[in-house]
Amino acid sequence: MPLPQPCPAPPCCSRRCGAGGANSRQVRRMMGAATTRIGQQDPELVDRTGFSPEQINNLHKRFLQLSGNKDTISRENLNDIPALTYNPIKSQIIEAFFDKRNQHDSEVGSLEEITFEQFLMVMSHFRPPTLEMTAEEKQAMRKEKLRFLFNMHDTDGDGKITLEEYRKVVEELLSSGSIEQESAKEITDAAMLEVASTNVPHMGPEDFYEGITFEHFEQILKGLEMESRMHIRFLDTATVHCGKS
Amino acid sequence: MPSRMGARAPAGFARSFWELGLLLLLVFVLLQGSVFPYGADASSQHAKDGCSSTHEGKPNRTKKVFPVLSFEYDHIKTPFEVSLWVLFASLMKLGFHLVPRLSSIVPESCLLIVVGLLVGGLSKLIGESELPKLDSGNFFLVLLPPIILDAGYFLPIRPFMENLGTILMFAVVGTLWNAFFIGSVLFAVCQIPAAGLTHLGLLSCLLFGSIISAVDPVAVLAVFEEIHINELLHILVFGESLLNDAVTVVLYHLFEEFSAFGTVTVLDGFLGVISFLIVAFGGVLVGAIYGILAAFTSRFTSHMRVIEPLFVFVYSYIAYLSAELFHLSGIMALIACGAVMRPYVEANISHKSHTTIKYFLKMWSSVSETLIFILLGVATVGGPHNWNWIFVTSTVFLCLVARVIGVIGLTFIINKFRIVKLTTKDQFIVAYGGLRGAIAFSLGFLLEVEDEEMRHIFLTAIITVIFFTVFVQGMTIKPLVELLAVKKKQEAKRSINEEIHIQFLDHLLTGIEDICGHYGHHHWKDKMNRFNRKYVKKWLIAGERSKEPQLIAFYHKLEFKQAIQLVESGAGGKLSSALPSTVSIQNIQPKKPPPAPEPRERVLPQLPKSREEEIRKILRSNLQRTRQRLRSYNRHTLVADPYEEGLNDLLKKQKMFELEKKIKEMNNYLSVPVATSDSPTLRRARLASGRQTDFKPDEQQNGKKQTSDPQAYNVKPDPVDVPTIQVELASPQSPDSVNIMDEFRKDKEKDEDTGLTMKLPSGPSAPPRKQSEEEDAKDPQKLTRCLSDPGPSADEGEDDPFLP
Repeated sequence: MPLPQPCPAPPCCSRRCGAGGANSRQVRRMMGAATTRIGQQDPELVDRTGFSPEQINNLHKRFLQLSGNKDTISRENLNDIPALTYNPIKSQIIEAFFDKRNQHDSEVGSLEEITFEQFLMVMSHFRPPTLEMTAEEKQAMRKEKLRFLFNMHDTDGDGKITLEEYRKVVEELLSSGSIEQESAKEITDAAMLEVASTNVPHMGPEDFYEGITFEHFEQILKGLEMESRMHIRFLDTATVHCGKS
Repeated sequence: MPSRMGARAPAGFARSFWELGLLLLLVFVLLQGSVFPYGADASSQHAKDGCSSTHEGKPNRTKKVFPVLSFEYDHIKTPFEVSLWVLFASLMKLGFHLVPRLSSIVPESCLLIVVGLLVGGLSKLIGESELPKLDSGNFFLVLLPPIILDAGYFLPIRPFMENLGTILMFAVVGTLWNAFFIGSVLFAVCQIPAAGLTHLGLLSCLLFGSIISAVDPVAVLAVFEEIHINELLHILVFGESLLNDAVTVVLYHLFEEFSAFGTVTVLDGFLGVISFLIVAFGGVLVGAIYGILAAFTSRFTSHMRVIEPLFVFVYSYIAYLSAELFHLSGIMALIACGAVMRPYVEANISHKSHTTIKYFLKMWSSVSETLIFILLGVATVGGPHNWNWIFVTSTVFLCLVARVIGVIGLTFIINKFRIVKLTTKDQFIVAYGGLRGAIAFSLGFLLEVEDEEMRHIFLTAIITVIFFTVFVQGMTIKPLVELLAVKKKQEAKRSINEEIHIQFLDHLLTGIEDICGHYGHHHWKDKMNRFNRKYVKKWLIAGERSKEPQLIAFYHKLEFKQAIQLVESGAGGKLSSALPSTVSIQNIQPKKPPPAPEPRERVLPQLPKSREEEIRKILRSNLQRTRQRLRSYNRHTLVADPYEEGLNDLLKKQKMFELEKKIKEMNNYLSVPVATSDSPTLRRARLASGRQTDFKPDEQQNGKKQTSDPQAYNVKPDPVDVPTIQVELASPQSPDSVNIMDEFRKDKEKDEDTGLTMKLPSGPSAPPRKQSEEEDAKDPQKLTRCLSDPGPSADEGEDDPFLP
């Protein structure tokens, strides 16, 4: 097993290093004191989140940076990230981290603070697919990612994205001025209409489409190949974190 | 690459083969093979007579009778022959599609080459020696640019940028590898005494390798457009073929230089690398500068719509020529130019101009492509050949091997960096899609080596490789794609939901990256976008469109297409089918205004028959009047009225149809309103009319695509056409229209509550309802066709509404 530290080409070597326990322990030793606490639960975390130990270490560093060396992160901590200032969907993103539904258990509601493990769980939704994945695994991954998006839209957690909720999403996307508000309404109406008409092609005039269910959500976004689209590159090697918090 | 079009072979078509030209014409007119030798002879005789008589007649003017009919072929020769060739090529293209089975099996490029071969063979048979060559000057200056511009302008930027690393890897490293591998192994082959090519030096072989290694965009486009492969693979192969131009140019010049002197130093290699960087980035820079200029120019064209498309073409062409002037990569300049200008130009120009650009580019590029393949075939017959079995077979073999090894090796490296890995299937298609084409041929043609024989050997080998790749690979790639079940391109274009989520995802991923604290490519893209929104757009896009968020722009585009759709279906006198299905807005909306319970017992007032007739008459006459006004012709503006009146008129017509329908339905108590007042188009129209108050109603000012809002015209108070207001559903000023609207509303409410459709046993307008349902079912397809990207075949009907 190659040591991750001397690895010269950043993302190449350790992506596939997998969940080797011995390896991760070595890494931890090198990463120094800050990561010792997290070290104990490492193998389990690797299994649960699918991140490599190096990635976990990097994320943990960032976690400590954000939380100010505390065990948990609160909304304010994330709110203070300067780079997020201009993000139109900032509040939704932050909210997603504190959403219990994104913790792989079926609870509904939101948390006040999240631990590193919970932070990792949320982050794990943004893992890229691997080459070795079977079609079913890909399908599962896609579903998981879509579920994450769906949860972001479905703010009240009733399993349906209503017109109101959807409109809010679009409004935030447009970071609305007055004209945009009007447009956002139209766009949402059109989008909702589209969802309704593709999923329930024949509705009587008195029927009411209450909101987008997850199945419909899946259906309407099936062209987007979410599994290969919704991911970011998690760093494998220890690098400088450019984002100050 | 000015030196590509060296002193060799001037004016390409302009050889005196006018007999052949006439011959072709005769072939078409008479459609009888046996006639043409006679025809050609006769006409050539005639031509000579004519020419000689005019020449003799000139000196002594005194005696000459005034020529009632004179004949001077030389005068029109070049353009005439060029036109004939273009006509011939177009007719050929047309002909293939009349034979449906043929074009589904054999790619068009193959057929065109075969036609070229036939033409070449025929003219050789009748002893016509001066064949039109695939002349390098014309090829690089006339035939190639339209194809590349078309590709660049409609380049799918998003996938291109997302895969830029991979594309560059294939284009630069892959091409280098191919060139050196093929060149050096060929040199080794040449050392075999049996080949009789021992005099070929290493540098000559490398020069040959650099010519033959580049994947050709023309050939790739021709084949890949027919197999509808998924976006990723398409952009990988196609992007490679575009970007490897810089490598080819540099390698070509380098080896050409070296092979003349015979020595290479380390310094030369170093300079080669520098030169490559300059050629590539210089090309992009030149293209980008002209692209920005074009965008800036298009900001001011709102008063001169007719010449808008010209700016796009001319700026791009000048960009190409400027790049060639400095030996930079013209192809990259064109690509950069097209890609840079497009978003801004599209926001500035009118919808008609956009359509014009689209169709002109498609037309030019397809004619160029056709001509290139035909001329390639002709040149094959006519060209000097030196068939060396060993050289030719080993070239073909090496091309295949080098490509396969290159792709596999490179993907192995690339996959370590890529997040979405390339599968084995992908690799196979990328390797198999490495078609060679006319660029290689033209480069080979331009070779300036002392040894004529060597050039002929090279040309023969190049042609063989081209034929092999275009015929064997081009013909088998389609079945192979199907056999391997490679993912195809999804036909349906983006829906509004998908667009929302694409944007949502962009922001989400940027946000997550920021939270993770490392600045990945989403972060930088976001930065760029913000910069673009904040500064660039303000300068390059006129008016308020510059501030329009992308999503709204997308929505407007979609809506506009829907409106056209509406018009189309309406112009045919059918029921409106603006909404893709029976689901209408009230199905999703009743939550806010909770299903109104009261009006159940309200009786719908019936319009008296006479009144209905009256309304109808008014509508008709109004329609006619607008039409008459439209008829006046102006050379400088496309229609009499400053803005897209043709469309407005049709929209109005459409509304009238709807209204008439409504009236009828109302009277029959049968209404199935398609919720006209709620349809996205009209709602948007209302919004726009609200917006319009912000600035002068002078439509010139906001004559951008966005305000190609169908309602814009109606908002303007029109003193002449008073009845127009009656048609105006969206404006409640006229008492009449208010009446009608009220009627509608009641009607609709009633409908909402009771679901009248169900109750109705059978009535005179029940069949239309059915019809509308059928149409609705069809509609999504039609709609998506309209939404899909350019491809003239994709949205044929788009232009029709503009015809007055």
